[in-house]
Amino acid sequence: MIVVDGDKCTGCGVCVKACSFDALELVEKLAVFDDGKCTYCGVCISACPTDAIDMERKPQTADVSAYKGIWVFAEQNGGKLKNVVFELLGKGKEIAEELGEELCAVLVGNKVEYLPKVLASYGADKVYMIDGEVFENYSTDGYKSAISMLITKHKPNILLFGATHVGRDLAPTVAAHLGLGLTADCTGLSIVEDKYLLQTRPAFGGNLMADILTPDTRPQMATVRPNVMKRPEPEEGRECKLVKEDFQINPRNIRTEILEVITGGVEGEKPVEEADIIISGGRGVGAPENFDMLKAVARSLKGTIGCSRPVVELGWMPKSRQVGQSGKTVSPTLYMACGISGAIQHRVGIRNSDIIIAINKDREAPIFELANLGVIGDIFKILPLLASELEKKSE
Amino acid sequence: MKFVVCVKQVPDTTEVEVNKETGTIIREGVPSILNPFDEFALNVALKVKEKVDAHIVALSMGPPQAEQALKKCLAIGADEAILLSDRAFAGSDTWVTSLVLARAVRKIGDADIIFCGQQAIDGDTAQVGPEMAQHLGLPQVTYMEEVEEVGKSNVICRKETDEGYVRIKCKLPALLACLATSDFEPRIPNIRDIFRAKKKPLHQWNMGDIGGGLEEYGLEGSATQVIKSYAPSERGDCVMVDEPPEAAVKKILEFLSDQGVIG
Ligand SMILES: Cc1cc2nc3c(=O)[nH]c(=O)nc-3n(C[C@H](O)[C@H](O)[C@H](O)COP(=O)(O)OP(=O)(O)OC[C@H]3O[C@@H](n4cnc5c(N)ncnc54)[C@H](O)[C@@H]3O)c2cc1C
Ligand SMILES: Nc1ncnc2c1ncn2[C@@H]1O[C@H](COP(=O)(O)O)[C@@H](O)[C@H]1O
Repeated sequence: MIVVDGDKCTGCGVCVKACSFDALELVEKLAVFDDGKCTYCGVCISACPTDAIDMERKPQTADVSAYKGIWVFAEQNGGKLKNVVFELLGKGKEIAEELGEELCAVLVGNKVEYLPKVLASYGADKVYMIDGEVFENYSTDGYKSAISMLITKHKPNILLFGATHVGRDLAPTVAAHLGLGLTADCTGLSIVEDKYLLQTRPAFGGNLMADILTPDTRPQMATVRPNVMKRPEPEEGRECKLVKEDFQINPRNIRTEILEVITGGVEGEKPVEEADIIISGGRGVGAPENFDMLKAVARSLKGTIGCSRPVVELGWMPKSRQVGQSGKTVSPTLYMACGISGAIQHRVGIRNSDIIIAINKDREAPIFELANLGVIGDIFKILPLLASELEKKSE
Repeated sequence: MKFVVCVKQVPDTTEVEVNKETGTIIREGVPSILNPFDEFALNVALKVKEKVDAHIVALSMGPPQAEQALKKCLAIGADEAILLSDRAFAGSDTWVTSLVLARAVRKIGDADIIFCGQQAIDGDTAQVGPEMAQHLGLPQVTYMEEVEEVGKSNVICRKETDEGYVRIKCKLPALLACLATSDFEPRIPNIRDIFRAKKKPLHQWNMGDIGGGLEEYGLEGSATQVIKSYAPSERGDCVMVDEPPEAAVKKILEFLSDQGVIG
């Protein structure tokens, strides 16, 4: 369905001339569409001088074979690539090799010329780069236009985004703009029948896993949870092709403006999503000051403190420490859950840990279904003892 | 001003259990609730309404029983509610859901702000909001935590980012996908609110009301297809320790050293 904004339309008639299908006419100085004739080619939208025309898009059934290449959105902030980009390049490489296609990174930003080299070392065969001042900060409008242009021009087969705040804003915007299917927050990706991207994701709060295909639209698009895929080892000095696209967007068309940036987080401590050892506490810890017991253990093991959601809701810990479905997914070597019942929403966030130790006084606690070592006991007795033993050992 | 708040009725996922054999959700006895993020979104709209004159329409697509969620919205303070219910909509993916909602928003007309939840707790996709904004050609603010100021042509909000948060100004009309903050306390409607809500309009719309063809909706219109669902595998090989603290700590230390975590 084509829609005309009556307030913006000046009745100039440029769109009527632009249309090759006679689908438009002017009625009382307003462009009117004939749904029967319109082919939704979009020429009128770009022709309109006052941005008065827009289109409700349909999923575009594509000639699937014309789409080639595995693309990874190389999300960066202030010129620093997000960790999930490397994880996606690792997974992307596997898929690219299986399909016999190229692995490409898509880089949008300002003064980011030094990043293609980094992307190459993590496996990118080609980097598409759009560099310009308007792309200094992420904006939905600006980045959507840039990525959509690249997709339309170069026709990738698969496009992956990290399920970060930016990825989960951008991917659905691009998908709806181009009429593409999109699968959110995947935890698994593989190829089936030699061509389809099988996307696995948790649903119903992690109670269920779903396998999803996007058979008819291209690129096949997914956002992928950070910390689920393995980060590959970089290969220094590896080269790649660089395709610089000269793409401009009028800043007037960016309808949002960032007024102030406030960064949060605890100074000096590693964020949980990057930590190798996490000592995590739940409601069972009882009070904010009791986290000192966990901190003592964390100190000897050089670990980071994590927590369950109620701990955040009670104001004992900042949101940035929360592990689980509505918090961070973690993938440490060791995850120690202290006084955490292990509700499904918490368990989905810790499945990728190498080993899990759970301490809980309730032998029926669901956390034990996932743990490798389950200790039935009181954290107030066990943790101080453990901390002092560990301290003795490290001396 | 006119606000539309998109709300979904969802199973309370904290109460959901999965039949491990068939890999399906056991729905019996699982209460249906108003998606918590949407309840927060409605609350944000109501807070803005304290400052500017506004009419709030709650909009939901779902089966007939989703009316319950809308009744709750009316009791909490929405002025009008619309239920989009049609068998043609069943099985819609996020693309189709957002299309249905967008067409309904167009029919409602003149919305200044569309409020959504950041995500619904059943699907957790967080896609319907941004996709709807695209269908409507509107700018969006996702992960929106607080509306600081509403002007004639702009809104200023606080938005969570991966790094912390930003204060962001967005042109109106716009779509705001709201992220429930941890200090959010839901409004509990009293008997009078519930009674008053009974007098507020609650409309039923079907496919005929929003236009479009059967092939655009439901499974047929959807670009993504769920081919299988199953219960996630748990490790299930937990070594249990049920001993006094000293012995338990010894076991933990042994385990840590076996696994190479400590020397
Ligand atoms: C949409 C949605 C998203 C959610 N997202 C998340 C999320 O991202 N992360 C998350 O964690 N939760 C999330 N939750 C909440 C989740 O459902 C649980 O409510 C939560 O994880 C429980 O936290 P808990 O284990 O700390 O508390 P509880 O369930 O209260 O468990 C406390 C545990 O401590 C034990 N305990 C008490 N005292 C002691 C002691 N002295 N020694 C040893 N053990 C003790 C108890 O036996 C109990 O098992 C979400 C819920 C919803 C609906
Ligand atoms: N069937 C629906 N009816 C009304 N609003 C919906 C529906 N599905 C999703 N939404 C809105 O879109 C948001 C995101 O949903 P989701 O993309 O499913 O996570 C929700 O919080 C609602 O505000």
